[in-house]
Amino acid sequence: MIEFQQVYKTYAAKGREIQALKPIDLEIPAGRIYGLIGHSGAGKSTLLRLINRLEDPGGGRIKVAGQDVTQLNASELRAFRRQVGMIFQHFNLLSSQTVADNVALPLKLAGEFSRQQIRDKVQRLLQRVGLEDQANKYPAQLSGGQKQRVGIARALATDPKILLCDEATSALDPQTTAQVLDLLNEINRELGLTLVLITHEMDVIRRICDQVAVLDAGELVEQGPVSEVFLHPQHPTTQRFVQEAEQMNEEKLHEDFDRVEGRILRLTFKGETTYEPLLAEVARQTGVDFTLLAGRIDRIRDLPYGQLTVAFKGGDLEAARQRLQDAGVHLEELR
Amino acid sequence: MNQFFSNIDAYQIWMATQETLWMLGGSLFFTLLFGLPLGVLLFLTGPRQLFAQKGFYAILSLITNILRSLPFIILMIVMIPITVLITGTSLGVAGAIPPLVVGATPFFARLVETALREVDRGIIEATQAMGATTKQIIFNALLPEARPGIIAATTVTAITLVSYTAMAGAVGAGGLGDLAIRYGYQRFQTDVMVVTVLLLLVLVQLLQSLGDRLVVHFSRK
Repeated sequence: MIEFQQVYKTYAAKGREIQALKPIDLEIPAGRIYGLIGHSGAGKSTLLRLINRLEDPGGGRIKVAGQDVTQLNASELRAFRRQVGMIFQHFNLLSSQTVADNVALPLKLAGEFSRQQIRDKVQRLLQRVGLEDQANKYPAQLSGGQKQRVGIARALATDPKILLCDEATSALDPQTTAQVLDLLNEINRELGLTLVLITHEMDVIRRICDQVAVLDAGELVEQGPVSEVFLHPQHPTTQRFVQEAEQMNEEKLHEDFDRVEGRILRLTFKGETTYEPLLAEVARQTGVDFTLLAGRIDRIRDLPYGQLTVAFKGGDLEAARQRLQDAGVHLEELR
Repeated sequence: MNQFFSNIDAYQIWMATQETLWMLGGSLFFTLLFGLPLGVLLFLTGPRQLFAQKGFYAILSLITNILRSLPFIILMIVMIPITVLITGTSLGVAGAIPPLVVGATPFFARLVETALREVDRGIIEATQAMGATTKQIIFNALLPEARPGIIAATTVTAITLVSYTAMAGAVGAGGLGDLAIRYGYQRFQTDVMVVTVLLLLVLVQLLQSLGDRLVVHFSRK
């Protein structure tokens, strides 16, 4: 578990103090994928770098597995960093070294392994990320997705317990992003690693995160399980992120509202109810007619969900509401 | 044709060529030996770098600039007492090497500093995140990544040293430059001038193409 207790960070720039992070309390559970989302300059990158002390906090405590990392001396810090892997937006691979040498680097730096041990380990790591046949190439000869796989293999070399992902998919195209996210998901499942990732894309959070924290101007404005935060965002910043991810256009949607009669509700299904023929059943039994205005059926990590904006007309709306709620559907009145 | 090259003494030119090569080799060796660490130090203590030390960097930078702005011919004369102290003489190949090294080291160190600054900061950060010591960051990440740049810097420095050796010839260092001045210029032996200049040109060409080849060989981008 990673705990932040009243952690803050200030920068001195041109004689002025700039608060990059306001005092933050945060708990990141072990073995899960935790997402930090925010716009650029929101402080998410700083927050991530505080975990392995690439940046030092202005104050507060940061505990990793019960150990206060703000108290580590230089050599303790180096040992601690070996237990924390990190991958980067621009991969940060050594262009002068082959793929195999890049992956071997953390092992070489640790200075505890024989050449043979390193060679075996590198081969296993490259197999895990599906690059065993690229071992002798140089990074410049690889595609973006392959480079990030090398980055992941390198980050896993010292068998870390935590993997920090700094906008790991932001430089990749959508298809490659999906592949890299699948790989991260697999690593979390199979190795039980804690993943902390920062991103500005809600879609990344939706696809692989268990929990999310939203940062806005150095402040933690919302946090919780992704299924809660994503489906029922409270803070305006969070709402905007969700709308972007869902490609929703509130204005257009409200124009559509004017063209239908009756009450408009937003229905949110989670889990198995997503697959039930609930809407038609309820309509039949209560005599309401409905029009679908907007909607999406997808998954939040593994959890199936559906969110539909529906206009109801005629029939017994109260009974329909009751039946939907009994079936576990969350209702939100829009008009 | 024979008439034109009447003043050429092949043995004399061969000896002068050897002197130039010795001066070049010796001074290049010591320039790399002192310049590389100095360049790394300049880089590390520079603004917003790993060991940013404002005052220290300012002083180091100033010394480097002073040595670089001093005309080489003046530097050679100013250094005579020190040169004698180190090598026992201010003449010949041995007497030329100390001023050549002092003249070229700051130049080379600046080029190394620039080459290191070209290394992506993200690579330093990634290496830090692996738990590397500063020494490991320098030897496992910074220097390998800057290698093509450092080779290019070495090439430029070697060629600069060739022209410095020619100047050193003016104050008793010997070599091809000395021949060009004493025979080609002062005795109006144009043939000697032409041959020595051609030989220097060949040397520069060789150094440049060797350096370029090495840069290409070590570039993986």
